[in-house]
Amino acid sequence: MSAPSLPRLQHIVGSGIVAAVGVVVAYISYTQQPSEAFLFPRLIATVFVVLALWTFAKACLGWTKVGNGISGRQFANLLPGLVVALIYIFWAAKGVGFYTATTIAFFILLSLYDPAPHMALKSWVKRIIITAGFMAVMYGLFAKLLNVYTPREVFF
Amino acid sequence: MEFLFYMGDVFTPINFGLLLLGTIGGLILGATPGLSPTMAVALLIPFTFQLEAAQGLILLGAAYTSTVAGGAVSAILLKIPGAPANIATTLDGHTMAQKGQGAKALQISFLASAVGGVFGVLLLIFLTPVLAQWALAFGPSHLFWLAILGVTVIGSLDSKSVVKGLLSGCIGLWLATIGFDDIMGAQRFIFHPALGGGINIIAALIGLFAIPQVITMFAKGRHNDGAEVIKVQKHPISGAFRELMRSKRALGIGTATGSIIGLIPGVGGQIAGLVAYDQSKKFSPDREKFGTGHSEGVIAAESANNAMVGPSLVPLLTLSIPGSPTAAVLLGGLLIHGIFPGSDLFDNHPDVAWTFINSMLIGQILMCIFGLYVAGLAARVAQVPQSVMAAVVLGLAVFGSYSVQSSMGDVYVMASLGVMMYFLERFGFSAAPLVLGLILGPIAEANFIQGSMIANATDGMAPYFLGGRLNILLIGVVVASILYSGYMELRTRRYTSKEEIIA
Repeated sequence: MSAPSLPRLQHIVGSGIVAAVGVVVAYISYTQQPSEAFLFPRLIATVFVVLALWTFAKACLGWTKVGNGISGRQFANLLPGLVVALIYIFWAAKGVGFYTATTIAFFILLSLYDPAPHMALKSWVKRIIITAGFMAVMYGLFAKLLNVYTPREVFF
Repeated sequence: MEFLFYMGDVFTPINFGLLLLGTIGGLILGATPGLSPTMAVALLIPFTFQLEAAQGLILLGAAYTSTVAGGAVSAILLKIPGAPANIATTLDGHTMAQKGQGAKALQISFLASAVGGVFGVLLLIFLTPVLAQWALAFGPSHLFWLAILGVTVIGSLDSKSVVKGLLSGCIGLWLATIGFDDIMGAQRFIFHPALGGGINIIAALIGLFAIPQVITMFAKGRHNDGAEVIKVQKHPISGAFRELMRSKRALGIGTATGSIIGLIPGVGGQIAGLVAYDQSKKFSPDREKFGTGHSEGVIAAESANNAMVGPSLVPLLTLSIPGSPTAAVLLGGLLIHGIFPGSDLFDNHPDVAWTFINSMLIGQILMCIFGLYVAGLAARVAQVPQSVMAAVVLGLAVFGSYSVQSSMGDVYVMASLGVMMYFLERFGFSAAPLVLGLILGPIAEANFIQGSMIANATDGMAPYFLGGRLNILLIGVVVASILYSGYMELRTRRYTSKEEIIA
């Protein structure tokens, strides 16, 4: 028996996670009290777990027709951006300060994915100008126009 | 003719200014590949908090209308549809541009969009109050089934896989139950303190629609995607108008098809444009010219996708069932202002309802006027590199979701849902049914609980929820939509397999 191809394996893992969530949701819905508060979640969880197990079974049998999964190249491309975005959202925005973190994250993401050559000074000047322009617009919109008070923390 | 009474409200300085802003901004956003109308409207919602309900809806409605039309600019000049609704426009629009008729293609596209759009909004004006009164007869069991219908129709019709579409809807319905239960005050599925107050709809909408798009742009890597814009030569507007008058058949087919498809919950503009294009080709004596830069192709596609906009709001404003994913986001925009669709909207907030609807009517005309002038600028914006777009959308998503309640918890929820949705989309799940589940979940649960209380005091659960003509009709539609989608999925698969064998 040959090993499953990458998309099939991905489908098994993906639908397996969804099925596991469905089972946990169903378990909580049927065991937590007061039962009246879980009447509707039970109804949903029952359908959820049936559909999720059906999808998982189809993935295991190799019957999944929809969804291309992620190729190694796509994953390698998205990983640096995703890591920067997650650090920015889950740590830097609160820890460093909203505007500082956004400026740094914006500039890093721009530099990571901008097709302009990294060795050209012009590219870096353009990136700095775009970052400064974007932050000026964000500050004007949120801090001045909408009066949103964002976490300032260590920096701004 | 109640709508005429509120027509003047559209022209107050603030309202008209917002309408202009939404229209021009929407045209530019719509032309930007990767910024779908749904995502554009979701990102705009945080900016409406400080506005009055009618003002916020004017801004969102104008953006909805003009992003659909703006998508034609990049479809014609770059061969990249600004939104899925503009796919059919590229077929003839871009070929026209290549032949040096770019200006003419843009002009007839905006004129056709305006004709289709005005007709669609007129349908909205005349159908909505009638249906809203009809909705008064609905009890808790009917409203429960209607909410379920909204999820299942979009889950089955809007997804490539019926099972995965319905599963997405179930995930949305489950997410809607997170937080404290309204009646008993019990904690449900609060795995993290950020979930204590439940999932904020706006943060969720931003995450589900914007973050997967950002990650998709990341996944493309460092590559130059700046497509070349075809230069546009001047063309007299009167010529485009005459062309439109000569193509009455395509205009009629497009407008009628778009209006009908818009009324069916879950069927979006993408289908409207393609169906209208196909039907127009079938009925045209010049059918062999379609695909070679024939203006009728552009007219049919563009009149259809804008005619869909107004009718897609009919089920939303009367029955709380959005006709398209963007309409689902608009429902979120209504709910944050404490306004519930249905007869309540027209009885208690007629000023809000009619000012919003009237603004969409005026917005169609403004979209046509400004579209012709903004097209050049919009085409240039469409060339903005994906690296800039990804970083801008991420920044807007973070600031937008934070500004909802000044809570980092909402930002975490937005990011978590967005990353989850990106991976789910790669496995064939879609965001629209999940969003519908999340929005309609509280409506379904409240009516289920209320209905079960009535049922326990009367005939019991089964006769109350499964008996009665209206319940049976609604259950029948739920089942029929699932069976129909299942049948279509099987047929498409069989057809694709046969083509693969032949190839």
